Amino acid sequence: MRKFLIALGLLLAFALPGQAQETGITAPQAEAAQAQITGLAAVLAEYSKEIAKPSRRTIGPVIAAIAASGEGASRFLQAYADKRVGQRESDGAFFIIEKKGGDYALSDPATGAPAGTAPKSDIKEIKPNSGVRAEIGAALVRFLLSDPDPKKRRDALTAIERDGEASHLEPLRASIPDETDPAIKAEKVRLERLLTIRFGKDAPERVAAIESFGSDLGLDFRATLNPLVATTRTAFAGAPEGNVADALKPGRDISKDEAYAMLVAAKIAPARISASEMQQALAAHVEGGQVGGLPLAAMADPAKREEAYATLAAAGIVPQRLTDAEADKLVTDHQYADIYAEPDPEVTTAADAALTRVGRTVAAMQTVDLGLDALSLASIYFLAAIGLAITFGVMGVINMAHGEFITMGAYTGYVVQLFVPDYTASILIALPLAFAITFGAGVAMERLVIRWLYKRPLETLLATFGISIALQQLFKNIFGTQARPLTSPPWLDGAWTLNDVVSISYIRIAIFVLALIFLALYLWVMRRTRLGLEVRAVTQNPSMAASMGINPDRINMLAFGFGSGIAGIAGVAIGLFAKVTSEMGQDYIVQSFMTVVVGGVGSIFGTLAGAGLIGVLQKGIEWLNPSNTLAAQTYMILFIIIFIQFRPRGIIALKGRAAGD
Amino acid sequence: MRSGFLAKNPSVLWFLLILAVFTLGVTFLSHAYGPGMISTSMVKTLGKTLCLCLIAIAMDLVWGYTGILSLGHFAFFGLGGYMIGMWLMYERTRDIVLSSAGEFPMTPQEINDAIGTQIFGVVGGSDLPAIWHFAGNLPMQLLFVVLVPGLLALIFGWLAFRSRVTGVYLSILTQAMTLALSLYLFQNESGLRGNNGLSGLQNIPGVSANQDHLSVWFLWASAVALGLGYIAAAFIVSGKFGSVIRGIRDDEARVRFLGYSVEGYKLFVFTLTAIIAAIAGALYYPQAGIINPGEMAPIASIYLAVWVAIGGRGRLYGAVMGAAFVSIVSSWFTGGRVPDIPLGFYTIQWVDWWQVLLGLAFVLVTLLAPKGLSGIVDLLEGIRSPKRHGAPLGPDKGAFREGEAQE
Repeated sequence: MRKFLIALGLLLAFALPGQAQETGITAPQAEAAQAQITGLAAVLAEYSKEIAKPSRRTIGPVIAAIAASGEGASRFLQAYADKRVGQRESDGAFFIIEKKGGDYALSDPATGAPAGTAPKSDIKEIKPNSGVRAEIGAALVRFLLSDPDPKKRRDALTAIERDGEASHLEPLRASIPDETDPAIKAEKVRLERLLTIRFGKDAPERVAAIESFGSDLGLDFRATLNPLVATTRTAFAGAPEGNVADALKPGRDISKDEAYAMLVAAKIAPARISASEMQQALAAHVEGGQVGGLPLAAMADPAKREEAYATLAAAGIVPQRLTDAEADKLVTDHQYADIYAEPDPEVTTAADAALTRVGRTVAAMQTVDLGLDALSLASIYFLAAIGLAITFGVMGVINMAHGEFITMGAYTGYVVQLFVPDYTASILIALPLAFAITFGAGVAMERLVIRWLYKRPLETLLATFGISIALQQLFKNIFGTQARPLTSPPWLDGAWTLNDVVSISYIRIAIFVLALIFLALYLWVMRRTRLGLEVRAVTQNPSMAASMGINPDRINMLAFGFGSGIAGIAGVAIGLFAKVTSEMGQDYIVQSFMTVVVGGVGSIFGTLAGAGLIGVLQKGIEWLNPSNTLAAQTYMILFIIIFIQFRPRGIIALKGRAAGD
Repeated sequence: MRSGFLAKNPSVLWFLLILAVFTLGVTFLSHAYGPGMISTSMVKTLGKTLCLCLIAIAMDLVWGYTGILSLGHFAFFGLGGYMIGMWLMYERTRDIVLSSAGEFPMTPQEINDAIGTQIFGVVGGSDLPAIWHFAGNLPMQLLFVVLVPGLLALIFGWLAFRSRVTGVYLSILTQAMTLALSLYLFQNESGLRGNNGLSGLQNIPGVSANQDHLSVWFLWASAVALGLGYIAAAFIVSGKFGSVIRGIRDDEARVRFLGYSVEGYKLFVFTLTAIIAAIAGALYYPQAGIINPGEMAPIASIYLAVWVAIGGRGRLYGAVMGAAFVSIVSSWFTGGRVPDIPLGFYTIQWVDWWQVLLGLAFVLVTLLAPKGLSGIVDLLEGIRSPKRHGAPLGPDKGAFREGEAQE
């Protein structure tokens, strides 16, 4: 009798889904009551008739009792919903069954322990209908949502998030007050509001849920709103029906052809005979060099084709074709509108407003993201160009092989990684080694080639180009044409994510930091060291510097080596995120020269400004036309060419004697 | 003119003689008009080399004579090729469309659509872009061969020279222009088939002759263009105009102070050479059969400067020698016909090492033999360099070095 009362209480709880509190109170009571007497096995025995022949009307209390029965309950319910429960004909006991050849493997519903096998004839499979399965699912959700294991609760939330249904809303609400984990609770509250937007009982409740998000950036919020404001285009004979988003006027909002196609889709108008169908029809009725009374040669004229077709149609040989005027009349006689899939206008208005609000925030965040992208691109260009800022900017030597020095640095990193398997250690070794190798290469090149051509920049350009193609081919011969990997240390993997819109990978942050370090290093060397002083003296007036006891040959050599060495380090950094091929330097050389020229030759801050300008510009143009990075580069170069017209000496132009010529 | 044109330019006669002998020789050894000792593909290579010699003359005019190291002339060469390529491709596709259609006549719109689908199907389009409007019109496209690169050079040159961009900066700027143009053409949206380029250009619409004959005809056309280009260039550099541009090369400021419009002269030379380059390109690509934006990459223009430098800049025959020598030797080496050198531990395969050799040889020429191959001619003729104690002819960046000048 007592059990019956409890079951009745549970039934009431299910029958009044709105009263979440009540369910919340009843469930633990029921649990306590059941725990005293029985486990799952007893409940199954108690309700064996209802379980064996489930119907939507009677199953409610049964599920409640099972759910409250303790160990094995969720396993049993899951199996029940999946039609994996069977009843043994001989004693009416329930088992979770699994097909095994011709037999069933049985397992005990309470403990999950195997309980032998049984021939097919002994077991009656229980197949609850879809209504019952929905009830079970809801109970299961409630069950999982208040599972003592936080991981299971989280899994249940994820499952609902992925595939929410109206029936989930009640159990979810019921589980919120008892949630102990604050993080899961917050997730539950958020999910509850999202589900309310979709399945809330009336418009004010749903609108309130939408408003409560404000301009939340979450993708889940936008994913919930988007289906609400999805529209379909339809043609109507009279006034548009349903939740109208937008009335469309042919010729203004949509073309007349589109309008006609909508009429055809709405089965209001017949499909028109297309030009190619007409052509085929005409071609099929050529008789004695004539079609519809006109010579075949005249068929090259579209107007004559219409005429011939009309003749044929009049004779009843081909189906009638709607004339343009008739089609036009059909189009103007009907109305067209975008209709929301969501029937309630209050909800769609609120959703639209919320999406606009979110869109504004997203746009602001995208600008921030774009700014970060531009910054990281600028630091890459700066890194590639800083070596040039010394060799070209300070010494005035055009080094077309600068790109190959970058490649050389990247290959150094690759070779080091072949011998040192630890990525962190290998990068730490590769950086100074790349500097040393490219420093040596730079010094050798300066001694052998460039010093003979100091007054001849054009010849320097061509000679260093010769070295560039020789080096490039040499790399190809040594390392092959395919890309070589240069793997970054694991702590540089991943990205720093601010929200769903703004994120930047750690490797780009590292490059930004590296660029700053190099800026500081450059400033320190050029302004605070003896070498820097002598470099500046030699570039301003070599003979005067020489008479002061400075050896210009040595200084030129060291400065050129320094610039080349920095290119090598830049190569390691660039190789971490770009492919290391023999041609990678080529990708940066023109942009690097641009950076230096745009910034202003001879000024490191000019180079910085140039890199910033080019980075921002390229990302900005890419944003205007995101599918096309080639176009971005094209327009950027055009911009630079025009920019040079107005500031031939770059953004930061040196004045006075320092400007040289 | 006190002495005649030929007397002032003895090289013209020699050049025309050698060119004529070469052309006739190739003709009578070809498959079409002779025993076939020279294969058709070889005839094409030689014809293309003649076109490269023509653009080398243009480069020599602009760099060797005027001192502007342009790294953009291959862009004009490519543009010329594209302009003629549009007509060739359009007409050929039109022939294909018409021949594959049945007896039922097509409307002009249908023909256009079919051509568009044929040409642009490969880049996922079907409409003929607006720039193809005149593609079916040969005289218009021939005009465009001259007009489009000419106008581009005119605008670019006007912008660059008027703001007095000189020396290395101008070189970088022209290189940027080339890069921008090739990147632009790499896009499918540019309406010139993106990185697929234009292909099938070796078939001349309306001409039923086979490739054996066509290749020889193109060789003749290239030879005629080269001969005319040489004469025109020689004429330009031999008169007063030539003296002025050489003056601009060596000491621009002094020429300006003498009252000459330096910018005007530079602009004229730049635009004229762009047109010559475009004509060379228009003859080159029908022989090559295919053109794509990769041909116009900045590196091609630098190679052009390398040819002229190896041949010896500032003399027309030097440019021709350089272009012919490097491209023929290059195709010899990269063709795999040079025997490998086994070193025991490593075998030098010239296909792989030719580029290294070329680069280093070029560095050596720049450092040690500024006259390049022309130095041999000077040696035979007994012409020496002036003694200027290492000083160049003028203060400008493009001025002749002591070793480059003739006494």
